[in-house]
Amino acid sequence: MFSALLEYQFLQNAFYIIVLSSIVCGIMSNLIIEKKMLMISGGLAHTAYGGIGLACLLGFNPMWGAFGFSLCSAFFIAYLHKKSHVSHDIFIALFWALGMALGIIFIGLVPSFTPNIESYLFGNLLAVSQADVWAMFFLSLLICLSVFAFYKDWQVFLFDEEFARLQGVAVNFYHYFLYVLVTCCIILLIRVVGIILVLALLSAPAASASLCSRHFKSRLFLSVFFSFLFSFLGLWLSYTLDISSGACIVVFAFCIYTLLLVVMRRRV
Amino acid sequence: MNALSVQNVSVYYAQHQALRNINLEIEEGAFLGILGPNGGGKSTLIKAIIGSVPYSGTIKIFGKEQNYAELGYMPQSSGLNREFPIDALEVCLGANLHKKWHFFYRYTKAMYDEAVEYLELFGIGHLAHRSITELSGGEFQKLLLARTLLTKPKLLLLDEPTANIDPQSSEHIFEVLAKFNKKMTIIMVTHDLSAIASCVKSIACLSQSLIYHGEPKLNAEILTKMYGCPVDLIAHGHPHRVLPYHVHDEESGECYEMDYSQCHEIHGHVHEGHCHGHAKE
Repeated sequence: MFSALLEYQFLQNAFYIIVLSSIVCGIMSNLIIEKKMLMISGGLAHTAYGGIGLACLLGFNPMWGAFGFSLCSAFFIAYLHKKSHVSHDIFIALFWALGMALGIIFIGLVPSFTPNIESYLFGNLLAVSQADVWAMFFLSLLICLSVFAFYKDWQVFLFDEEFARLQGVAVNFYHYFLYVLVTCCIILLIRVVGIILVLALLSAPAASASLCSRHFKSRLFLSVFFSFLFSFLGLWLSYTLDISSGACIVVFAFCIYTLLLVVMRRRV
Repeated sequence: MNALSVQNVSVYYAQHQALRNINLEIEEGAFLGILGPNGGGKSTLIKAIIGSVPYSGTIKIFGKEQNYAELGYMPQSSGLNREFPIDALEVCLGANLHKKWHFFYRYTKAMYDEAVEYLELFGIGHLAHRSITELSGGEFQKLLLARTLLTKPKLLLLDEPTANIDPQSSEHIFEVLAKFNKKMTIIMVTHDLSAIASCVKSIACLSQSLIYHGEPKLNAEILTKMYGCPVDLIAHGHPHRVLPYHVHDEESGECYEMDYSQCHEIHGHVHEGHCHGHAKE
C-alpha cells in the first residue's frame, strides 16, 4: 500500500483525510464524551440523512443538505437542552428517527434516479476529493485553535458549567459552539465512515485514551493517536481486501479498545 | 447596603411549587444558616439566587439584579462529574478565570502557590496532584470549598458543605468559615445543627415558605412548622436529636418515641429519622 500511496492521488487524499480526521475526532470525542453528548451526536448524524434526501430531490450537493439539516437540528436540540425540562433524550430519539424517515421519503420522491446512498451510510474513504481534504483541514484548524487557545475555559466548562458561568466564562457561547463543532465534525466524517458508523469515531478514540491517562490534555493527544491508528489500519485493510473502509475502521476501533480494556484492567 | 435582598420569590418545578413567596433581607457580613426538611426548598433558593432556576419575584445581590460576579457558590458535590480527568490543583486553579476571553491563558506561579495554600487550609494540600477520581467524598467536598473560597466572593453560597465530612473536619471547616466571614457574607444550607451552634449568626427555616428568620434559637413551634410534625425537645447537652420512629397523637399534639414494630403497626410504614428536636436553652 505504501508504494501505491505515493502513486495514486485518491490514496493520498485518503491518507490526508485520515490524518486530519484523527485530529478532529481525537479532540472532539473527548469534548463529546465529557459533555455526555454521544447520543446527541448519533442523533445529528442520522438527521443528516434527511438533508441528503432533500438535496437529492432538489438537485444540489447532498453534503450541503446534510449540513443544513444537521445544523438546524443541532441548534434546536441545543436550545431545548438548555431551556426545556423535558429530557433531551426524547428529542434526540425523535430527531434521529425523523431524519431517517425524511431521507427515505425524499429519496423515494426522486423521479427515476437512484443515488448512491450507501456511500453516505457507510462512507467511502477511497472516494474523497481534494475539496473534502481542504474542508477537513479548515475544520481541524478551527477545532485546534478554539480548544487549545481557550483550553482553561473549556476545562472548567466541561467539568462544572455552573461554576464556569459564575466565573464569567461565556457558557452559553461554548454550549452552542460545541454543537456547531460537533455538526461540522459529523458532516465531514460522513465521507470517511458514514452516518451509521460515525458514532464509533466519536467515542472509541476518547474511550481508549481514557484507559491510558487521567489528565485531560494528555487524553486529547492520545485520542488523536488512537484515532489515526484505527483509521490507518482500516484504510490498509480496506485497500488490501477492497472492502468498505468505514466498516474496517470501526472494527479496528472496537478491537483495539477491547484489547486496551483487558490489558489496562489487568494492570489495575 | 444589604448583601442579598429576596422579594416575593416563588419557584415552580412543573406543577409543583418548590418555594412560595419568600422575602429575605441579608445584611453584609451576615452568616446565615438555612435549615429545613428534605424538599423544603433550601437548595432551590440557592439556585434561584445564582440564577440557575427560573423564578418569579426579585433577587438583588448588593443592590443589583443578576449581579453574579459577586457570588461564590459551592454545589452539592453529587451533581458533578467525578470521572472528569482533572487533578485537585487544576480544579482549584479554575477559580482564577474571570469574565474575559482567556487566549492561551496560563496560570502564574503566584496562582499555583495560592491554590496550594487554600488546599492546605482544609488539610488536603498533599492531594494537590491527585486526580479527583481518587479523592474520597469528603476530600472532594473540601476541594470544592477551597475552590469557592479562592474566588474571593463578596457573597458566599454553600449548599451542604459538610454533608460527607466527619465531625472533626466539620468543626475545622466552620472555624475557617467563621474567619472568612470577616471578609464576606456567607449563606449556608445545612442539615448539620452543630453548625448552628458553632458559627452561624442567624438562621432561616424553610419549608416551601419562610417559617422563621432571625437569631439561631429554635423553639418547638418553629420546628413543628418546619418538619411538619411535633418534635420532642430534649436537653441532653446537644442541640438536637432525631427520634428514630415516632407517632403523632392528633388530639394532644404530642409526638411519642416508639420502637420499629409499633411504628409499623400504626402507620403501615416506618418514619425513620423524621423528627428533629432542638435543645432548650
